Amino acid sequence: MATRNGGTVILEKSVRIISNAAAVGKKEGEGPLKSEFDLVFQDDKLGQISWEKAESELLSMAVKKALANGNTENSEVDAVFSGDLLDQCIGSSFSLRGFSIPVCGLYGACSTMALSLCAASLAIETGGFRQCIAATCSHFCSAERQFRFPLEYGGQRTPTSQWTVTGAGAALLGESRNKNLPRIEKLHLGTICDLGITDANNMGAAMAPVDVKIEP
Amino acid sequence: MSVSKEEYSNMAKRFSPSSPIISDCLKAFCIGGLICVLAELLTFFFSKTNMNEDEVKALVLVVIIALTALLTGLGIFDSLAKHAGAGTAVPITGFANSIVSPAMEFHTEGFVLGTAANMFKLAGPVIVFGCGSAVLYGLILWIFNTFRG
Repeated sequence: MATRNGGTVILEKSVRIISNAAAVGKKEGEGPLKSEFDLVFQDDKLGQISWEKAESELLSMAVKKALANGNTENSEVDAVFSGDLLDQCIGSSFSLRGFSIPVCGLYGACSTMALSLCAASLAIETGGFRQCIAATCSHFCSAERQFRFPLEYGGQRTPTSQWTVTGAGAALLGESRNKNLPRIEKLHLGTICDLGITDANNMGAAMAPVDVKIEP
Repeated sequence: MSVSKEEYSNMAKRFSPSSPIISDCLKAFCIGGLICVLAELLTFFFSKTNMNEDEVKALVLVVIIALTALLTGLGIFDSLAKHAGAGTAVPITGFANSIVSPAMEFHTEGFVLGTAANMFKLAGPVIVFGCGSAVLYGLILWIFNTFRG
């Protein structure tokens, strides 16, 4: 059973990341991490009719790839913990409807991947879930519309404005004794820290302060 | 580490790169100026026809709006506006772009609930305050004329 030390949760089981996959768009595929991605798409719309559908497709691709990398069938996965930035988490829900795996929608904005890894590892720790997938996705074009301006709107970006990633990531988690696989030993959930940055074009400054007090 | 909101705000200000104001202003001045030159040229040519002054003014606006809509649709306008800033936002080009861009963006949600419902999302405030100030100034003018006469 998991124990608690201050704000940190210590998992008893050996929960490990069995396999993972990342699917990204063109701009990300040209960046310094390009060699780390499993799938790079040159067409940011992925042949879909909308950016939202393209975002869903990215997540489907990442989840399929993660399952393939781990030689795992859909039926061996008991739940997917996934979230994105869109209304009602449609990026995740529409993407995962064809997988026949229960989906838990999460919303943690930029922390969604950490949140999904926490939720999935806790689910495995309970013993009620054998293997789980932790995932997230976002798309620059759908995020621009959701939070900022239409793509063709002639606005100027400030030097501090961020660029939402076009990409999806998925990790297959399960109990494993294989020491070569990364293990999730401890979880520590931070608290919300608002230092009063109200500039929507300076989200880096808004998100940088992290109020985490880790007990030894 | 404990930081007060004020200290953090100063820290963020100190480390955030600021916009290149001088080059932004120069670009806005030049591109905005060129749009005005184009409008003046159109006025000049349309004046050669047998249209009266009001008709010429209306036609110039229509041409500039149509041109902006076309460039927005072709995905060229935002690349220009990225450099021009106020140079394209202040003339009627900015207004036209603010209507066409959401209309394009939301077409995936349908013609009525997508395009039509969201078309004035950005231009809405301009129309509200434009109409509001027109009423206010009309009222002032009316009071002025009534008491003068």
